[in-house]
Amino acid sequence: MQQSIESQRIVITGVGLAAPGAATLTDFRANLLAGTSGITTIDLRYMGTYPAGICEFAETRYRKKRENSRGTRAGCISVYCANEALIDAGIDFSEYDRAATGVYIGLTEHGTVETENEVYNIGQYNNDVNYWTHHHNPRTVLNNPAGEITMNLGLTGPHYVIGAACAAGNAALIQGVQMLRLGEVDLALCGGISECVGSFGIFASFRAQGALAEHIDPAKASRPFDRDRNGIVISEGGCIFTLERLDRALVRGAKIYGEITGYAMNSDAKDFVLPYGPRQRQCMELALRRADLQPSDITILNAHATGTKQGDIEECNAIRETFAECPHTWINNTKSSIGHAMGAAGVLELAGNLPSFTDHQVHPTINVDNLDPECALPGLVTGIPKQLDQVDAILNNSFGMLGTNSVVIVERFVAK
Amino acid sequence: MTRDEIKDVILEIIEDIDEEADFANLDADAPLRDQLDLDSMDFLDIVMELRKRYKLQIPEEEYPQLATLASCVNYLEPKLKNV
Repeated sequence: MQQSIESQRIVITGVGLAAPGAATLTDFRANLLAGTSGITTIDLRYMGTYPAGICEFAETRYRKKRENSRGTRAGCISVYCANEALIDAGIDFSEYDRAATGVYIGLTEHGTVETENEVYNIGQYNNDVNYWTHHHNPRTVLNNPAGEITMNLGLTGPHYVIGAACAAGNAALIQGVQMLRLGEVDLALCGGISECVGSFGIFASFRAQGALAEHIDPAKASRPFDRDRNGIVISEGGCIFTLERLDRALVRGAKIYGEITGYAMNSDAKDFVLPYGPRQRQCMELALRRADLQPSDITILNAHATGTKQGDIEECNAIRETFAECPHTWINNTKSSIGHAMGAAGVLELAGNLPSFTDHQVHPTINVDNLDPECALPGLVTGIPKQLDQVDAILNNSFGMLGTNSVVIVERFVAK
Repeated sequence: MTRDEIKDVILEIIEDIDEEADFANLDADAPLRDQLDLDSMDFLDIVMELRKRYKLQIPEEEYPQLATLASCVNYLEPKLKNV
């Protein structure tokens, strides 16, 4: 069967999200342009109070409270985001088959929150395992957040999750693109989810690494590129996109946010936690080649930078080398406003930048009070938005532990 | 506990599981799962809650005795008589 070129072009047609401080793309974008932080604090068992990004959204809009109680926080966020994305895309399954719909969700981790809670729970009963919940396994199987979506929406196509540390959101997006191009599915719900603010262990581990942000004002705690940055602000969140083949999207007159034209993933093969700029650079360059773009074709580069000392510098070095001759490439960082949403980070940050194609603004990096000279990239947008005449391409970086790197390039949709 | 108190406890536990559970036309002699929106995991929630509240260890082979509201009360009455 001959495939049309349009059937190999993959477009984003719907966005559903829950971010610290916003539960719609409109509100999220407004916060980012206004430089409003979504970071507050959380008081966690054993840990005490730390800055964190918490999501408030209509948890019972798409399923009952009892289903939220039975499932996981990640599942609750997933179900909300998936429903919101479908509504945004105008998809009611009259044009798509539920059996040909794939659900691909990126996770940094899953099950930590539920396991910690159960260990604590049986501690109240002398560690008698008869009190260990029968919900533990269905809650902690890795496909849980994706499976909860399929049960909620009656989707009978494939669902699974992609584990790729903090590159996972992008990785799931890439999986969706590939499955659509292969013809495995006709509609893909792709994105990333994180519930990790519920885990004291994740906070404690980052603190033990010296990588957990602290600041007397939580809104100032997430400060990538700032000289005084002192680590990561952990956030929960989720973002799911509907991806379609262009030919099908055009037939149904879909709104098109952008076209995914390039992507790449690679591995540092070096260290458990420390990032490696040269490999990040290779990843960006591979994505550019696949998109058939030059670095100077990128209008906005959304940096992964999390606010750690070394991580930010590594990425800045990689960007500096690849984009040395690109005076019209603007660089921003979304984590400065919402913290690090782990598995959701890549997709939330991409979503926060997609409206640039229509409003022509680059949202700023906030909390850069004293720019670290080693992070002083020429195109860095700080403090206030940058107004442009046109935005053609967004490059989204997302990197994770064990040296997993991902880059996704989205271009302004142009009919060819 | 009296039979009425036991019945109230069961209904309270079910209401905690499903706040929309409707007991208006509940037939005490018909299976709970046929009348309410309960599945096997919900049923295990009831067993776990009885364990947590009253330290009741209900063997799996005796689960069928919890099938109806009346059979629950019959089964639990001797076990909870001193509660």
